[in-house]
Amino acid sequence: MTARKTPVPTPVLEAVGVTRHFDVSGVLGRTQVVRAVENADLTLHRGEIVALVGESGSGKTTLARLLALFHPVTDGEIRLEGTVVRPGTKAAKAYHSSVQMIFQDPFGSLNSMRRVRHNIERALRLHGHAAASKAERRQQVLELLERVNLTPAEHFIDKLPHELSGGQRQRVVIARALAVRPSVLLGDEPISMLDVSIRLDMLNLLARLRDEDGLSLLYITHDIAGARYLADRVCVMYAGQLVESGPTEEVIQHPKHPYTRLLLESSPDPERLMNPELGSAFDRTVSPGEPPSLVSPPPGCRFHPRCPSARDECRRAFPGRTEFPSGQWTHCWLHGSGGNRLTAPSNTGDHQADQRR
Amino acid sequence: MKNFAHSWKVRVGLGLLAVYGLLALFGPALNSLLGLDPRAIDYGATGQPPSAAHWLGTTTGGEDVLAQVLAGTRGSVVVGLIAGILSTAIAVLVGVIGTFAGGKADACTTFLTNLFLVLPVFPLILVVAGYLQGGGVLMIGLLIGFFGWPGGARTLRAQTLSLRNRDFIVAMRMLGERRWRLVFVETMPHLAGWTSAMFLHAVVGAVLAEAGLAFLGITSPDAVSWGTMIQQANQQSALLRGLWWWFVPPGACIALLGLAAGLVNFGIDEIANPRLKAARRSLVKQVDKRARTIAARPEPVEQEIPR
Repeated sequence: MTARKTPVPTPVLEAVGVTRHFDVSGVLGRTQVVRAVENADLTLHRGEIVALVGESGSGKTTLARLLALFHPVTDGEIRLEGTVVRPGTKAAKAYHSSVQMIFQDPFGSLNSMRRVRHNIERALRLHGHAAASKAERRQQVLELLERVNLTPAEHFIDKLPHELSGGQRQRVVIARALAVRPSVLLGDEPISMLDVSIRLDMLNLLARLRDEDGLSLLYITHDIAGARYLADRVCVMYAGQLVESGPTEEVIQHPKHPYTRLLLESSPDPERLMNPELGSAFDRTVSPGEPPSLVSPPPGCRFHPRCPSARDECRRAFPGRTEFPSGQWTHCWLHGSGGNRLTAPSNTGDHQADQRR
Repeated sequence: MKNFAHSWKVRVGLGLLAVYGLLALFGPALNSLLGLDPRAIDYGATGQPPSAAHWLGTTTGGEDVLAQVLAGTRGSVVVGLIAGILSTAIAVLVGVIGTFAGGKADACTTFLTNLFLVLPVFPLILVVAGYLQGGGVLMIGLLIGFFGWPGGARTLRAQTLSLRNRDFIVAMRMLGERRWRLVFVETMPHLAGWTSAMFLHAVVGAVLAEAGLAFLGITSPDAVSWGTMIQQANQQSALLRGLWWWFVPPGACIALLGLAAGLVNFGIDEIANPRLKAARRSLVKQVDKRARTIAARPEPVEQEIPR
């Protein structure tokens, strides 16, 4: 119950040193520990969109589910407006009045037997926002549908999910989350299952909710372009650890961590296609490798088996956080004390890429 | 729901069930209206085939078969309904609510289900019914229901386990939906097909079980049901003596009840899965459209289309 003393205003939602391990029983009853998220720090300020990027299996969704209080944390704290919240407590119910989640799959996150109206009315009712009269409640639902650009709203209010397209369903899911009047939305790849043609619409809708209502959004994605378009800040996650964070443009223009570079280079960029001599830190003839097992992650920096600039210290210990004046920070030995700048292999002869896998 | 009865299968099934319901309600009244008595003995006509005086013939004891079928419907339907309701209710309670509760409650209900699952139910009912002699159809129904739920509970548990962690349930939980509403409003409609199919199956099963018990002599001596009729017909070797009108009507009643339950299930499937209905309607539209374009074409083309 202690408010954190910080010069900046208290973040709306904050994960401090959050760790989550899952016990998985394998063959012969042997239990293994999956280290899904390790020591993750994440802050969301009011009216801010933070993108959480990383490849599949990097723990993005687990982190979102921890923030949604679906799982208890193994270690660390989730703080809402500076107050620590744990799942299963009374505070957790109040927590869900402030934090709502948008799921990846709009085909699964609506009950196929319930109409649009039912979903939104229940959200209004459960959080005490429902009007007394039936006509007024209908009006409330219509307004919410209009807010997510489902117009004419009268047309959609009594539809069943299977009568709607993926984009329309996702809008209903967002309207249901908005009915709670939350201050934070957790979007777990909210547009990845939608048609490409309507993705921009959805991004604009999310941006409008931030601008008009001061909503904060954790936007989980592996689409760097979408993150660049929408997010104010970007956090990069690799194998359960946050490896870099900073203002979107800084991270994308001047990535500090080799993994961020790999991510950026693996997304299609027309400019790079036209100027192949722009160079790459990664040897294009060698496959960029596979993400490591979260049961037995590599020691030290978990990226070192795939990192072209890996050195001895990378295999020994996880690097501390290095802060930059641009507002970025990263966990990388290249930027630690005495570390060299990341250099492209074509420019330097002393590069010793250690492609162990 | 509106279109529940739109297919002929469902309509026939519901019609048959309605006839049984009416017979169960008004069978005895109908008997007295026709001047029949299932226990009256006509000494002038024993073991007679169907005739004007006795539409479905008489038993070797001189009792009217029609009167017995009409009176027996109530007995069989009551047993079926009581057993069906009881076993379905226990199955839902144990299978859905137990699973949703999770943790220790789930472990307990699973243990209970497995325990009942391995009990040899029919001999057990036989022993218990023999012990509790004279409860009539009510007791038989309760007994069948009490021992008839574990299979259904197992099925519902498997379904609930899958539903419980679906996104839409998780989303509603995150909205702060109350647990009983998660069970009854969000989950149960998805199990409606299973549950009602289970219920119909349980009803038919209970009618059969009752007949089986009566056949083995586990019934109160004054009760009249389809089962007791078949049992008496068997005792008097009706099959060997060619008295088909004695055992065919109750047997056909049981078979038709099973058929009706099966037909109604087709409609229930559509309620549980609205897509089935939508798919069919769009298909009908497509076919209609195709037919219209074909009809609009000149003659020779039309003849080429195989009908």
